Amino acid sequence: MRDARGDVKRPIGLRLWLSGGWLILLVLAALLAPWIAPQDPLAQDLFTSRLPPFWEAGAEPGYWLGSDSLGRDVLSRIIHGARLALIVALVAGTLTCVIGTALGLIAGYYRGWPDRIISRFVDIWMAFPPVLFAILLIAVLGTGLTSIIIAIVVIDWTRFARVIRAEAMTQGAMDYVASAQVAGRKRMGTMLTEILPNVLPTIIALLTLEMGIAVIVEAILSFVNLSISTDSPTWGGMISEGRTSVHQAWWVLVFPLITLFLTVLSFSQLGEGLKDRFDPVLR
Amino acid sequence: MNAFLEIRNLCVTLKGGAPILRNVSLSVSAGQVHGLVGESGAGKSMIGKAVLGTLPRALAVTRGEIWLDGVDLQTLRPAERRRRIGASAALIPQDPLTALNPARRIGPQITRRLVDILGWSRADAEARALELLAEVQIPDPARVMRSYPHELSGGMRQRILIAAAFAAEPKLIIADEPTTALDVTVQKQILRLIADMQTRHGTALLFVTHDLGVVSKVCDTLSVLYAGKVVEEAQMRRFFMHPIHPYSAALLAATPSYKDPEGSLTPVPQSVIDQVEREVTDHDRRAGL
Amino acid sequence: MYQVRDLRLSFPDMTRKPLFGAAPRIEILRGLSFDVSKGAVLGIVGGSGSGKSTLGRTMLRLLEPTGGSITFNGRDITHLEEDALRPMRAQMQMIFQDPMSSLNPRRQVGGIIAGPLRVQGHDGIPAKVTEALDMVGLPRSFANRYPHELSGGQRQRVGIARAIALRPEFILADEIVSGLDVSSQAQVLNLLQELVRELGLTLAFISHDMSVIRRLCDQIIVLYQGEIVEQAQTADLFAAPQAEYTRTLLDAIPLPDPDQVWA
Ligand SMILES: Nc1ncnc2c1ncn2[C@@H]1O[C@H](COP(=O)(O)OP(=O)(O)OP(=O)(O)O)[C@@H](O)[C@H]1O
Ligand SMILES: Nc1ncnc2c1ncn2[C@@H]1O[C@H](COP(=O)(O)OP(=O)(O)OP(=O)(O)O)[C@@H](O)[C@H]1O
Ligand SMILES: [Mg+2]
Ligand SMILES: [Mg+2]
Repeated sequence: MRDARGDVKRPIGLRLWLSGGWLILLVLAALLAPWIAPQDPLAQDLFTSRLPPFWEAGAEPGYWLGSDSLGRDVLSRIIHGARLALIVALVAGTLTCVIGTALGLIAGYYRGWPDRIISRFVDIWMAFPPVLFAILLIAVLGTGLTSIIIAIVVIDWTRFARVIRAEAMTQGAMDYVASAQVAGRKRMGTMLTEILPNVLPTIIALLTLEMGIAVIVEAILSFVNLSISTDSPTWGGMISEGRTSVHQAWWVLVFPLITLFLTVLSFSQLGEGLKDRFDPVLR
Repeated sequence: MNAFLEIRNLCVTLKGGAPILRNVSLSVSAGQVHGLVGESGAGKSMIGKAVLGTLPRALAVTRGEIWLDGVDLQTLRPAERRRRIGASAALIPQDPLTALNPARRIGPQITRRLVDILGWSRADAEARALELLAEVQIPDPARVMRSYPHELSGGMRQRILIAAAFAAEPKLIIADEPTTALDVTVQKQILRLIADMQTRHGTALLFVTHDLGVVSKVCDTLSVLYAGKVVEEAQMRRFFMHPIHPYSAALLAATPSYKDPEGSLTPVPQSVIDQVEREVTDHDRRAGL
Repeated sequence: MYQVRDLRLSFPDMTRKPLFGAAPRIEILRGLSFDVSKGAVLGIVGGSGSGKSTLGRTMLRLLEPTGGSITFNGRDITHLEEDALRPMRAQMQMIFQDPMSSLNPRRQVGGIIAGPLRVQGHDGIPAKVTEALDMVGLPRSFANRYPHELSGGQRQRVGIARAIALRPEFILADEIVSGLDVSSQAQVLNLLQELVRELGLTLAFISHDMSVIRRLCDQIIVLYQGEIVEQAQTADLFAAPQAEYTRTLLDAIPLPDPDQVWA
């Protein structure tokens, strides 16, 4: 028999370039914030209040994207805000993913009583309206980074659990799982070595989506003033402040909004891009 | 031109260079059955996929024409091509389980094409699906419509795909080993059903199979494929009486018959393999590959 | 090696499940009794949907019988727990009917064949993998392909390679040659015969192809809707089929002969 295997070069697609590029930029900005931010993000100075971005008349060098009504540099605040946004995205996204995936896999693969317990729990959980739930939680836990992360995890693990459970159930009905059983593999081993690689693409897609969602949730909570203390700059906080003065200084609202939008979009596109590039089944 | 499907000098290669199909030409007229036999891995399924435009990502058509109902598909824009193929051709895939969505019940998977593409009402489509399932000899069609794929036997899944392909009464059916999981009595009924549909609708059928017994019952013409190259194209009767190519003769000789239990199981002899391999290499050299 | 007595199996019929309470059960296997002796080749034939694959899965205890008993090598395995079965697993293998779904789509062929060897703690695994590929007639380079990069028949042979690489005492082969061309069929059948003859492999062979069954098997059981309608030595069955169903089956076989009367 002739052997001819395709050597398909899989280019890093545009999608992956753009989304990955933006996120890397953001991570670098967050890491190097104290050194690259042109101004102190908290320094108030009434002489520099409401400066427009650099291309408009009346702009001042050093305030590239303008300043807000208290004279704080918008660019510097966005850069520092990235720290919080990324921490929330990474920590909350990962925790949600790990908890939801573990429960979903167990429910979907083991079926029987573990499934009944987990599914019932998910159903009850999802009966709570999520935003109310979050506000309630923060009210109880108090504001602060940890409470935001806990709130996100507590609300969103069910999304993972449900999707992964369904996926694990589908995969579990495939003969390759029966085949692992015939080979004498333990159930836990089968779950981790046979099922997990096959639900991994779904997990990655959900994870990146979740990171985007975490950024939004954090912004929303800041927006309603339930996030971190108002001292450290957050994108949501900036948007909520910018909203009040949008007629006098639109840039205070628009730049954080664009950043937020690009970040959330990049997270969701990153998932797709990674799948295109690395999933062997799509070759 | 009168053939419903005509493939001319089709070349499909793996991206990265190696050829999978080498100058394949064949044609299927309305109401005719063209058989496709040959070594496993010779590229039979890829011919069907090339026609339907569903080649795996790693493969691409590099040369040749595919005429479907008088139109060269290669010259059409992708959307138009998909529309044309969707409206007139259907596939009975080789791998029933992967072709069915494991998470959905059977019913909607059969009726989807009728409802979505042909605009039938749901009730009509469902009635038609039940009727078809009964025609392909599935016991208790109503239960099967509400089952999930893994709750059915291999042969039942295969028959479901046959029913799904028939549902829309396409003008061309590409059947990729459609009866491998069927016992001979059911197989006989299915083949009769196909013949029946052909006389009623003039369906053209490209029939991939390994079973020369089946070929001798349903095909009008056939091509023998080896390593992506057509080594012999023949009228069915002529093929069984006097196969021209030694590979065809060897295939016929290797076919086991339950009537004669003593004959040994002989794979195609090495000398014949060497000869076709040489032909394929020659072909590649001439084509500058 | 196997003793199967009055084997019964039923599935809950989820499509008829009432809102409350248990679903009614459909009987798939209705009291099967037969033996498979060591070194024998048992052919299992029967209509599509008659319960052949289900019988196979039950014999390997992927399913638990609802009645009757199965004895493997003198040990009653009818209701054995998975933990107790696991040590015996190396001795019984199954080749599944649907080649694509029995291969993990995100593993390369080499890994798929090596998997069971690794679980059973074999050594010299790479050599065993190439040997298995050679035996089923696949190029060695296929070891680093993914299942979706293979043709239907090539996938089927990967499944065969995985089972024989373990050198089990018993293999249940579910419709394993239907997707192969006649030449590869001959190759695989010769290989199986050799394993039976030289290594004392015991084989249960599910197939629709009577000519293959006749070549390979010593004994045949014919299933019809979950019951055994005929059980005989191969030669006897072909010489004088007893059951009505067997006769219909034999009559419907298409021979590679355009002049056969087959209507
Ligand atoms: N994605 C891929 N990458 C590399 N090779 C591939 C890929 N897909 C298919 N092939 C190769 O293309 C060849 C033709 O495959 P095809 O499925 O058409 O065979 P076939 O004639 O249908 O065989 P069978 O009777 O076994 O189904 C095979 O040798 C296969 O290994
Ligand atoms: N998990 C399940 N739940 C419900 N019914 C099932 C399940 N698995 C199999 N069945 C039913 O059991 C019957 C026998 O199936 P089985 O797969 O054993 O048939 P088979 O003899 O192997 O047929 P084939 O030759 O078509 O593969 C079928 O009617 C099928 O619908
Ligand atoms: Mg094929
Ligand atoms: Mg079966």
